[in-house]
Amino acid sequence: MKPAPFEYHSPATVAEALALLREHGDDAKPLAGGQSLVPMLALRLTRFAHLVDLNGVGALAGVELQPERLHIGSTTRQRVLERDATVAAAVPLLARAAPHIGHFQIRNRGTVGGSLAHADPASELPAVAVALDAELVVGERTVAARDFFTGTWTTTLADDELLTAAVFPVWSGDVRAAVHEVARRNGDFALAGAAIQVSVDDGRVARAAIALFGLDSTPVRALDAEAALVAGESLAAVAALAVRDVEPNDDIHATGAQRRRIGAAVVERALQEVCGG
Amino acid sequence: MADHDVALTVNGEPRRGRAEARTTLADFLRDELGLTGTHLACEHGVCGSCTVLFDGDAVRACLLFAVQAAGHEVVTIEGIAPAPGGPDRGALDPGAPDRGALGPVQQAFMECHGLQCGFCTPGFVVSVSAFLDECSDPTDAQILDGLSGNLCRCTGYQGIVAAVRRAVELRSGALPAAEPSESRP
Ligand SMILES: Cc1cc2nc3c(=O)[nH]c(=O)nc-3n(C[C@H](O)[C@H](O)[C@H](O)COP(=O)(O)OP(=O)(O)OC[C@H]3O[C@@H](n4cnc5c(N)ncnc54)[C@H](O)[C@@H]3O)c2cc1C
Ligand code: FES
Ligand code: FES
Repeated sequence: MKPAPFEYHSPATVAEALALLREHGDDAKPLAGGQSLVPMLALRLTRFAHLVDLNGVGALAGVELQPERLHIGSTTRQRVLERDATVAAAVPLLARAAPHIGHFQIRNRGTVGGSLAHADPASELPAVAVALDAELVVGERTVAARDFFTGTWTTTLADDELLTAAVFPVWSGDVRAAVHEVARRNGDFALAGAAIQVSVDDGRVARAAIALFGLDSTPVRALDAEAALVAGESLAAVAALAVRDVEPNDDIHATGAQRRRIGAAVVERALQEVCGG
Repeated sequence: MADHDVALTVNGEPRRGRAEARTTLADFLRDELGLTGTHLACEHGVCGSCTVLFDGDAVRACLLFAVQAAGHEVVTIEGIAPAPGGPDRGALDPGAPDRGALGPVQQAFMECHGLQCGFCTPGFVVSVSAFLDECSDPTDAQILDGLSGNLCRCTGYQGIVAAVRRAVELRSGALPAAEPSESRP
């Protein structure tokens, strides 16, 4: 199918883009990589009278290493996360998550900000943002990732707001990360997945961040499991704790019980990878 | 809604045409520029049959609007290998000049039965060409991952996987198996 007619806008600056969004209210939608929005337009699941293309807003793209943080402009392509040595060194979990997003053709176009703003519950990057306590920059205000995602495809972004950047903390020391997920086919959205980053000191996990995706309408942060991991509990016990409080619904892809079991399994696999045991 | 004037580079040549804002790059290439090698099946990003190179990167042409391609460089299946003189008429008319030459990926798909109906083939060839440019000596796991964004309803994929392995050989300089025109004087 083909999208319904719309008017195309190509602003060059954030200010111009915001002015267009304010002018047209909920008749307008930002267009980033188009890898989620255009399928929805083509299937006529949604339609907008105005699309505001962010690809010409140069200031929104790019990765910058700042003291103890990595600043990622919202239209930075997902492909950059897997290719860029700075990203891999500063925030290994981002580099590990990226190859799981769709296929390379999708990541060549799909953006970091688009994935966060789209907020699919089975998406990798929202879980990474929640695991690492990323800060999401929405113009003047900054929102903690854990407060940004409010439900399936829903965030605290208003119609006339833009996500301009995501800022990730840079951990020091021996930092290791892993993302494991189960999907029906390579590149499909995950049935369930786990994103884990740890720092290891003297053979012990000194710091841990664990988030799950695909198990609820928003990413699930597993704080108790993190504490148990740092306290030296067994990986199986940590994995069981991580899914203790989730109650996924049944849907056409899997039952809730299946997703929960898969959740525990992928947490354990990711733990085995980062803890080397 | 007003049409847009779209000027871009396609297969190394400047081209221009008119497009409604909602016209996808794939429809524009096919209907406005007459380049029907780019195929459309799902039209929502799942199958990969519309794959083109956009500023050098493999992307879905059904998820880009033609207006977004203005000023950019697009390579379609027609530009993946030079085909001087147009379609290959050699079998019908052995004396015809300018047989279209196949690129290594196309040659490999032909040798290894990487296609049956051929509908998915342009997307596969463009994707595999981009994949091998970046990963010139892939493992089997990398090949399967690299192919995951393209769907084929005919072959069962075994021939396609074999074609990627063969393309690796051809690209690294191994001799092509088939020499087409030895009957020529
Ligand atoms: C075949 C296929 C497989 C996929 N598999 C996966 C997968 O496994 N995992 C995964 O995570 N994703 C997957 N995706 C989706 C992909 O990651 C998208 O790129 C991503 O979800 C959206 O990013 P985008 O830049 O393409 O945004 P768009 O599609 O352009 O926009 C998505 C939404 O976000 C809004 N938006 C975008 N940028 C901003 C901004 N800066 N400020 C405010 N709002 C904004 C748009 O208005 C729109 O509502 C897949 C897509 C396809 C087609
Ligand atoms: S037609 Fe573009 S991906 Fe299927
Ligand atoms: S050869 Fe027919 S779809 Fe692939």
